[in-house]
Amino acid sequence: MTAGNVFLYLCGGLLPLALIAYQLGRRKAEAQQSRGDRLHSQPGFYGWYSCSWLVLPALGASLFFALLHITGLYAAPPSMLLAAGLLFAAGGLFAGLRSIRPGLAARNKVENIIRWLLLLASGVSILTTLGIVFSILFEAIKFFQIVSVWEFITGTNWSPEAAFLSGAGRGGESMAEPEFGAVPIFAGTFMITFIAMCVALPIGLLSAIYMSEYASHRVRGTAKPILEILAGIPTVVYGFFAAITVSPLVVEAAERVGLEAAYTNALTPGLVMGIMIIPFISSLTDDIINSIPQSLREGSYALGTTQSETIKRVLLPAALPGIVSAFLLGVSRALGETMIVVMAAGLRPHLTWNPLEGMTTVTVRIVNALTGDLAFDSAETLSAFGLGLALFVVTLILNVISTVVIRRFKQQYEL
Amino acid sequence: MMKENAGRTDRHTKKRYRAEKRFRLYCVFALILGCSFLVFFLADLITKGHSAFRQAQIQVEVEYTEKSVEVPMLAVSEEYRSLVSRAWFRKLPGRVSSHPELMGTSKTIWVVAEAEVDQYLKDKPHGLKPGEAEKVDRLQQEGRVKLAFNTFFFTRGDSNLPEVAGIKSAAIGTMYVLFLTMLFSFPVGVLTAIYLEEYAPDNWFTRIIEVNINNLAAIPSILYGLLGLAIFINTFGVPRSSALAGGLTLALMSLPVIIISSRAAIRAVPYSIREAAFGVGASRWQTTIHHVLPYSLSGILTGSIIAMAQAMGETAPLLIVGMMAFIPDAPSGITDAATVLPAQIYTWSSAALRPYEERTAAAILVLLAVLIFLNATAVLLRKRYERRW
Repeated sequence: MTAGNVFLYLCGGLLPLALIAYQLGRRKAEAQQSRGDRLHSQPGFYGWYSCSWLVLPALGASLFFALLHITGLYAAPPSMLLAAGLLFAAGGLFAGLRSIRPGLAARNKVENIIRWLLLLASGVSILTTLGIVFSILFEAIKFFQIVSVWEFITGTNWSPEAAFLSGAGRGGESMAEPEFGAVPIFAGTFMITFIAMCVALPIGLLSAIYMSEYASHRVRGTAKPILEILAGIPTVVYGFFAAITVSPLVVEAAERVGLEAAYTNALTPGLVMGIMIIPFISSLTDDIINSIPQSLREGSYALGTTQSETIKRVLLPAALPGIVSAFLLGVSRALGETMIVVMAAGLRPHLTWNPLEGMTTVTVRIVNALTGDLAFDSAETLSAFGLGLALFVVTLILNVISTVVIRRFKQQYEL
Repeated sequence: MMKENAGRTDRHTKKRYRAEKRFRLYCVFALILGCSFLVFFLADLITKGHSAFRQAQIQVEVEYTEKSVEVPMLAVSEEYRSLVSRAWFRKLPGRVSSHPELMGTSKTIWVVAEAEVDQYLKDKPHGLKPGEAEKVDRLQQEGRVKLAFNTFFFTRGDSNLPEVAGIKSAAIGTMYVLFLTMLFSFPVGVLTAIYLEEYAPDNWFTRIIEVNINNLAAIPSILYGLLGLAIFINTFGVPRSSALAGGLTLALMSLPVIIISSRAAIRAVPYSIREAAFGVGASRWQTTIHHVLPYSLSGILTGSIIAMAQAMGETAPLLIVGMMAFIPDAPSGITDAATVLPAQIYTWSSAALRPYEERTAAAILVLLAVLIFLNATAVLLRKRYERRW
């Protein structure tokens, strides 16, 4: 019996039992009512009340055993787990039914349980954050025990192959020391992000301006969904597009002007990522421009300005915080984007200013380190968590800044 | 003097109008550029992928004898042996043992052709020897080779022979993963939204949850993969590459999307509805479940479908939890190794054999069709049931 099966039996067994408990509680309350007692709550609440008396102890008991099992203190046999669960369920039901009296405030108690249940559900999102932070942090700390933080941030040579060989038990005396200097990786990431934003920002911004200021209702109604489709395309599809279609085009174009380009150049993923981010920028700035009060436009027109002058001198300065925040969110998206770069960018870290050469990014290295057949505690695998930590910190900072900026903006216009 | 001044103003105005036109043109150009990317992109995919929906078949005489069951290659005359797919030969003994009456007979039937023949017939770069190509030309004149609808693409799993590789196991894996994702994230997401909108007091804890959810929505998806690997797989012992690991990881990822859209839907229900319910003595939960939720359900469902579409196209976290293995057969349970459509697209796109390229594009077309269907459903749902108060 696997853990999954036990879980299934427990749920499958508890559900009909809970139904019975509901009926029993309700009947008892109704019987009391028909004897002429005045109930505090509707009979249904007594049903839910006894139902929760059955389910909660049973779930609590099984959770307790599961915790024991996970922490490795005591591995209870599945039959014992089931028996304990049912025992607690029966005991709970008995106690619950006994306590049903006409004066019992079942409604308040049930409402309270529900409130706790809802609170528990909202706790999941906090647990997720903690999970991400701690899972990355713990493994990253292990990594930084092998490699110093300073070397990681300032080193310009990333060659984990030596770590791979020693991880596979083939390391020899003559082996070069593995090096984990992440500067070339960061450089590649920023280069590709920079190219992406060079594509996305002007196109996204200008099309947002057109849609919110110039376009007729019909044009807006067609153009906006088209851009939204662009946003809904899975990144793996963009990756395929970049690797199979755009990359040969870029190489050919470079040859035409007499330059040499690698097939895994940094320009290709940058361009395609830019296309991916266009709808992101355009829809955010569209919202911002639309939320600028109409009186600003009217005031400006009254002075005799043309529409483009109003946009450039009045609307854009007013919308600047929003645009900055959209830009930062776009950057954070581009930094964390994975599939496009995994499929179209290079694998080898390379420190260069030339976007036509192959460069690699943080996300590529993470995927590469974690999809191999390496032992989980090898230095290369752990390096993925070091890089993940860097990615997490940078994107978090960008997100926080953009949230603060946009809140200031909204306060300014009292939205 | 006056005239000169007027001329200058006139020139100045004209210049301003020209600038206006220019700026407007830039904007139009940007919008057209953005939209034309989509057109180019779809056209490119369709030209690359449409050919994979047809597959070369070849008509040969098959002899079912003792010998050919032992060495399946002998079932077809030597002349055409190299043109028939090896996958078909592999399945021959199995077919004879399930249909014993075939033994000792010989039949002329259509069988799947080798991938290179397929590529040759589609005028793509191929690896056929000149002699073989002539043979195919001759067969084509006799009407014994044809391009027929590629059923294998939808009824088979992944294969190392491109002519019989299909998306079935990936599609089933996707269904398992999405089912688990929604099973977990829909109730938790809606309950969280209810708590934050209907119950939560305005204190520091609530604010932490809110900030936290907004941040979760912006965290790169690959970091969820790291979480899934470190917590679900390494700590809780969920089997690697299983639908369970992928489903749980994606559930955490789509949770913030569901929470944010559900909150917006719940908030749109006017407060008077709640006051009316409280007025007749309903408890808070009764108000929520009998009045607020039914009114906001269409919005919640719309948001959830969009979250599901997002989860369906997600690849990076699934690669990290190992869902990119070679899976020829559909998984039979949530703990079996499984793969999903986007991961299948990824593995095929990095395959060395050229015939996989059109299959990758075709798989993408299938994925996009499903996503467009999901999103259209969401839009329709919103249009049909949206209520303006």
